Amino acid sequence: MKTIEVNKIDVGYANELIIKNLSISIPSNKITTIIGPNGCGKSTLIKTIARILNVKGGAVFLEGEEIHKVDTKEIAKRMAILPQTAEAPGGLTVYELISYGRFPYKKGMGSLRKEDYEYINWAVDVTGLTEVQNRAISALSGGQRQRVWIAMALAQGTDTLVLDEPTTYLDLAHQLDILLLLERLNKEEGRTIIMVLHDLNHASRFSHYMIAMRDGEVVTDGTPEEVMTCANLQQVFQIDAHLARCPHSANPICLSYQLCQAEKASACCSINSASKAYHQTASG
Amino acid sequence: MNEQEELKEVKKTVRPIRGVIILTGGSLLLLLSLMLAVSLGAADIQLKTVWQAIFQFNPDLQQHQIIREIRFPRILGAAIVGSCFAVSGALMQGMTRNPLADSGLLGLNAGAVFMLACCFAFFPDLPYLYIILFSFLGAALGAGIVYGVGSLSKNGLTPIRLVLAGAAVSALLGALSEGIALYYEIGQDLAFWYAGGISGTSWNHLQIITPWLLLALAAAMTLSHPITLLSLGEEVAVGLGTKTGRVKLTASIIIVILAGLAVSVVGAVSFVGLIVPHIVRWFMGYDYRWIIPGTIIYGALLVVLADLAARIISPPHEMPIGALIALLGVPFFLYLARKGGGMV
Repeated sequence: MKTIEVNKIDVGYANELIIKNLSISIPSNKITTIIGPNGCGKSTLIKTIARILNVKGGAVFLEGEEIHKVDTKEIAKRMAILPQTAEAPGGLTVYELISYGRFPYKKGMGSLRKEDYEYINWAVDVTGLTEVQNRAISALSGGQRQRVWIAMALAQGTDTLVLDEPTTYLDLAHQLDILLLLERLNKEEGRTIIMVLHDLNHASRFSHYMIAMRDGEVVTDGTPEEVMTCANLQQVFQIDAHLARCPHSANPICLSYQLCQAEKASACCSINSASKAYHQTASG
Repeated sequence: MNEQEELKEVKKTVRPIRGVIILTGGSLLLLLSLMLAVSLGAADIQLKTVWQAIFQFNPDLQQHQIIREIRFPRILGAAIVGSCFAVSGALMQGMTRNPLADSGLLGLNAGAVFMLACCFAFFPDLPYLYIILFSFLGAALGAGIVYGVGSLSKNGLTPIRLVLAGAAVSALLGALSEGIALYYEIGQDLAFWYAGGISGTSWNHLQIITPWLLLALAAAMTLSHPITLLSLGEEVAVGLGTKTGRVKLTASIIIVILAGLAVSVVGAVSFVGLIVPHIVRWFMGYDYRWIIPGTIIYGALLVVLADLAARIISPPHEMPIGALIALLGVPFFLYLARKGGGMV
């Protein structure tokens, strides 16, 4: 079962297409992560999936319906998004912001009903924001703010969550904290999660499915095992990666890396050294 | 805690109680200031007489005449103008996330005055009904040019850049209006528009304005929830299922109508739309479902008081109301600009 089908889309600004004829399927009830270097079009892809950007050609289907043609409020009941640059007016309280997640279900002035309060309270609870729910957003740390945005998306009560770099600007602990929260939402409630991440190791550790992009095209996609290979990373990021095993997920992670030199492309990505490190970790 | 209590507890956090108190308090203050404004002025009138003028009108009494024909329309005009400017400012600030948005600062007022000058010059006998239509058109023109000029800059629209564009466009349109006024010798007709006086307001004007006003304010209220979401950023609003294109278009039309109406009554008064939404936000939070009604009331209050002050500072002369409000507005603007255009 595929939640989202991206079918031969062209997307771009003005006259320049960033994505040309791209097709991909996002599996239901799984965590999917898009990776790729800066400017590879991963943000453009996720924004198109989130209907923030329009397609110039092709179509995106959510549960079989064309996302840019269905009433946007109906889509908002099935898919919540967290943009990369989400920034709220600092004076809003945590609870207020989260309550806006109920907008797709509202008519008129949008006063909240009992059911809405239940969703909001649950979202506050599951993101661990109960103690700060009456504080102004401006009084929170970066990690807490990101949780508030996720809580707002959760209050939308959707099966699918789309997140554009949810861990950017957070320190190590807070990054992991957000990812563990997303993992829990996926495991316990079967939510489909699609996100862009910069950190390859996080992507590998938490994803069921990875999509690697370069120059507006999908270079490779599959399980972390299939995507996180030396050859792929060289092709996608132009790096010579030393891979190892993540002690938590047993998926491949990038221990360290060198830049590939263009003239030494053939020598790049020394499979031997990489696999040596790989096997050492695997056997040790 | 049983469920009922829990629900109450939660509702508190969305601040309705505070909001209701501030709205009620504001309404009472507004009522009080309206009564004061009717009784104080070049000719002081007792409140009792005001009461009688309303309920036991005697056309032979000069005071009753003053109250009915001069003070009432003027003061109601002041209240309407205040609400119009304030709500248009609030909508602009929310929609564009620009804390420095105001119909005066972004060229709408200058555009409306320019069209009024054209009206006086080319169609001197145009009825008021059509004059306000030109005023709307002018406000739209001013805003269009400012956004056009602003978006020419390479690094996109920032609040300050828009204000700069607004200042430049306002100066240009102001100069053109003055040129037209001089050339067609309509300077006197325009004078009170420049200075921002409400003294010319008549019942006739109010009658024509009121339907537009009610329509625009009602529309603003229905847009208040989506505007709140837009104030969180375009992408967030889209994600929540807001039809951003439609909301922005409707809001723009309302803004132009409100600013155009206000200018057709009082002339180019700046800063009301800047100050009032910020003060209301300070008290009532950042949800436009509260901010819009708040700005309706407190905008009216500000301009009624300013008009009262304009009349009683040095009677029988009147201060220009625009100048009085600028005394408040300029420091306020500097404060906001210094804060670096924080989020709205």
